[in-house]
Amino acid sequence: MRISCPYCGQRDVVEFTYQGDATVERPDPASIDQNAWNAFVYDRANPAGRHRELWQHSGGCRAHLVVERDTVNHVIHSVAFAGEKQSPKTASKRKSPSRRKAAS
Amino acid sequence: MSGRRIADRGRIDRNRTISFSFDGKRYSGHPGDTLASALLAQGVTLFGRSFKYHRPRGVLTAGIDEPNALVTVLRGKKRDANIPATQLEIYDGLVAESQNRFPSLAFDVGAANQPAGKVFSAGFYYKTFMGPVVGPLRGTRFWMFCEWFIRRAAGLGRADHEPETARYQRMNAYCDMLVVGSGPAGLAAARAAAEQGKRVIVTELDPVAGGSAKWSGETIAGKPAAEWAAGEAEALADMDNVRLLTRTHVWGYYDGNTLAALERVGDHQPVATPGAPHQRHWVIRADTVVLATGAFERPIVFPGNDRPGVMLAGAAQRYAAEFGVLPGKRIAIFTNNDTAYAAAAELASAGATIAAIVDTRQVISAGARELAERAGGELLLGQAVSATSGGKELSGITVQQLDPVTGSASGAKRSISVDCLAMSGGWSPAIHLASQAGAAPKWNDDLQAFLPPDPAQPWLGAGAFSGDTNTADALRNGRNAGLKAAGGRASRAQVAKVEAPTLDPFPAPVFEIRTADGKGKALVDHQLDVTAEDVRLAHREGFLSVEHLKRYTTLGMATDQGKTSNVPGLAIMAEARGISIPETGTTRFRPPFAPVALGALAAERTGDVSPDRLTPMHDWHIERGAEMMPAGLWHRPRIYALPGETLEQAYVREAKTVRAGVGMVDVSTLGKIAVQGPDAAEFLDRVYTNKFSTLPVGKARYGLMLREDGLVLDDGTTWRLGETDFLMTTTTAAAGKVMQHLECLLDVHWPGLKVALTSVSDQWAGAAISGPDSRRVLERVVKGTKVDNETLPFMGIVYGEFDGAPVMICRLSFSGELAYEVYCGAGHGTHVWEALMAAGEPFGILPYGMEALGTLRIEKGHVTGAEIDGRVTARDLYLDWMLSKKKPFVGSAMMDREGLADEERIRLVGLIALDGQPLGGGAHIVEDNSRAEPNESIGHVTAFCYSPVLAKYIALALVRGGKARHGQRAFVADPLRNRYGPVEIVSHHFFDPEGSRMHG
Repeated sequence: MRISCPYCGQRDVVEFTYQGDATVERPDPASIDQNAWNAFVYDRANPAGRHRELWQHSGGCRAHLVVERDTVNHVIHSVAFAGEKQSPKTASKRKSPSRRKAAS
Repeated sequence: MSGRRIADRGRIDRNRTISFSFDGKRYSGHPGDTLASALLAQGVTLFGRSFKYHRPRGVLTAGIDEPNALVTVLRGKKRDANIPATQLEIYDGLVAESQNRFPSLAFDVGAANQPAGKVFSAGFYYKTFMGPVVGPLRGTRFWMFCEWFIRRAAGLGRADHEPETARYQRMNAYCDMLVVGSGPAGLAAARAAAEQGKRVIVTELDPVAGGSAKWSGETIAGKPAAEWAAGEAEALADMDNVRLLTRTHVWGYYDGNTLAALERVGDHQPVATPGAPHQRHWVIRADTVVLATGAFERPIVFPGNDRPGVMLAGAAQRYAAEFGVLPGKRIAIFTNNDTAYAAAAELASAGATIAAIVDTRQVISAGARELAERAGGELLLGQAVSATSGGKELSGITVQQLDPVTGSASGAKRSISVDCLAMSGGWSPAIHLASQAGAAPKWNDDLQAFLPPDPAQPWLGAGAFSGDTNTADALRNGRNAGLKAAGGRASRAQVAKVEAPTLDPFPAPVFEIRTADGKGKALVDHQLDVTAEDVRLAHREGFLSVEHLKRYTTLGMATDQGKTSNVPGLAIMAEARGISIPETGTTRFRPPFAPVALGALAAERTGDVSPDRLTPMHDWHIERGAEMMPAGLWHRPRIYALPGETLEQAYVREAKTVRAGVGMVDVSTLGKIAVQGPDAAEFLDRVYTNKFSTLPVGKARYGLMLREDGLVLDDGTTWRLGETDFLMTTTTAAAGKVMQHLECLLDVHWPGLKVALTSVSDQWAGAAISGPDSRRVLERVVKGTKVDNETLPFMGIVYGEFDGAPVMICRLSFSGELAYEVYCGAGHGTHVWEALMAAGEPFGILPYGMEALGTLRIEKGHVTGAEIDGRVTARDLYLDWMLSKKKPFVGSAMMDREGLADEERIRLVGLIALDGQPLGGGAHIVEDNSRAEPNESIGHVTAFCYSPVLAKYIALALVRGGKARHGQRAFVADPLRNRYGPVEIVSHHFFDPEGSRMHG
């Protein structure tokens, strides 16, 4: 599996750390709603198919990315910075460094 | 030339002779020989004993699909087990031995299992090890005892217990196109893409490229096929954009077109090439993959089909054409298809007598008939081999009429005397990699075989892999695959002309020959001794799904992964169920395609080549005789022992020095994170349980962090260096985890906060100087600041200079003594350390290690990672005073859940050994030791030491109820170390609970 980091370009999965489900919402810090916190900490859907996940480029720029990935065939549909309202498409379209020319 | 060696054919070098030993006997062969071909050439037929029944076994195949002839290669004390003799290249001094026989291959006592065959049928283990339900041997204990003997009798090669000495290497490669297999299709694909300028990697599992061209006897482009292939391979090797990897098998096809391959660099060499690894583990990322992996021939299942001398027709042809060896002098052919006729013709022209060609079909093609005439021998159509005779080698076969409807042989038996039977049950494309990378394979009725699935990743197929049945098609499809992968279009351009007999490509749907009397074992999986009857038994016992069949009978689960047995096994199951083979289904292939040594996967990531993290003062510690210990990747001094001192004597002396005078410890390994920015204070308030926004500049504070679920994550001090500038320290082990936790919060949940995090663990060197004399030592060496109680109070920070090196000093104490942590740039680390040592000399300063550090903190009751084990709450550690009620923080909403607030949780206490003996980490605490084990555990020891101040063995422990048990007696129970004894549960603050010493 390779992930296109918006900063660093396409990199192998070994450079990344899985950081969990990106679909869960952290409740307001002051909230004492146990159900909301329980949902955030424990409840996971584990879908077979498209899923939004957090991956950190821990062996690179260390940014957290929201990766939309198909858990069945590992096809990655989009990559975007976490916490940014950035269109996933522009993020993944950004061109990676010219890897082909560099290698020989 | 001796025995069955042919004078003139094959790729072996007859000018050189190689000497090797097999089962202690000396043999010779030639370069190019495999162990199998060299032994066959000298008339050896017996290669091993079978797994369960210890039946004598010879060679079945000539390649990686071999289930029978598995041997162990010995290099010194190293044993490389389960190597197919058909894959093993001989070298001077090779020592190989056969497997699964006792006391010897020829006389094997385990063969007594044969008559008892019914006992060892499918599901033997499941049925046997349940144990009798009644009687004196009730239960499983007696059966466990028997199992030892049974397991000894059943098995394959033995592993050694020596440390691995061979070097393995991992290689990463990228290419535009990876071609797996270098037969005609693979060579054509590689050539086409390479000529378009694409970067191509070609892998070939054999030592020489060419695949079937090496033994087909066909003519390509006017040359013998083997010569054509050699020329093509040479041309490819000469191209700068092509890498040809021989002795390499691709064994895994993973996501993102990432493939794993194993290159056997040194397996064929008597002595390793200096600098070269033994094997290379390749990780290849390819834009496109061309799978040209060919096909495996299938045996026919009939009674006695595993007798030495019975082999696949293609293998027999290969031994003659590629290795110049006749597998027999008088050979019979048994087939359901035309390809075996080419084998017959080749064997005859190499000098063998073809006694008979037995074909299950009534009618054969003109091409086959012509080859049969060339081969000579009687053509027996519509007949089948129904039995074999002979002991450790084949002496004859029985031929009977085959009923085309029932598939059973009956009628008059005719015996034919032969020493080799070459059989062919059709061909199964080697779709393993495609199956790993894709969906379920597709059954083809014409070919009676599974064809590759539709690609789910960018790969193309060519040759026998994708069902091509002749070399001309393979060349054309290979070339087109290469062009397509290169981004071009398939062309109708002329490919090399192939001269080969025209044969009927389709086999008859015959997989098994059944006889009226049902006598004799008809083997399906030769390696694990699974017979046709076992498959039917599994069906009768209700195992209908292929997956269940496989697990119950172990069909296809051996080291060969059923390369020869998969389809015949399915066919027999399909027949038993009265459904078709595709309806029965197939299992999905998983990596590895063929066995891979664990050493190759680990490659360099083991032992002395793993990275080391050394503090700037590392060399100083080593010079002072420190015994180092690992802390993650870090190396830290454990003790600085004097000659003749025990571990305990050393750390007790070091700890006493600290309490009485002054000592110093290297704390450079602590995690250090710069937390900077306008919102840094707000951020710390959110991640720590206590407040940091109220911390004045120039002061430090102890902080506690929880996880989102309310359990403790880590602790440490954070220093406010400026209004918007903090230096956070973490425990050594948790540094990475804490950094990731903080980054995640900032990136994902609070992107609005203006905070930057920088790991500065390696940028700062740190020395903690502790003891009543520590201030006086500092005073002697520091310039530019005072360090008296007023200027530098507890938790205060000052900046100064040590002999020209800028330092930052914080008055912190982990030991409970008056103590300071001195930080400086890593480059000044040793300089500052030595300046402190020199200044401390009049006070008798000593460096101390992790053991003394641990002793001092246990006496004080300070917690570390041993207590913060991911299961404890702040209350469990009696740190509830740090939980702010004025603000929410990470974990605050979850930490009060019912189960976490329970008073009866295991909580921090101190223990004193009442018998004056050391305690052990991980030992359990029990209330009552009068009963026989197991006793109920009420907690466990987390850290222990001999306390010099108490002159007792003490420990920290997590015990149910915690404080409520202070003053109670309990017992440690440590069956692992056989340590039992009484302890008193006390407060974890063993020493100076008021903290008067560190505040003084």
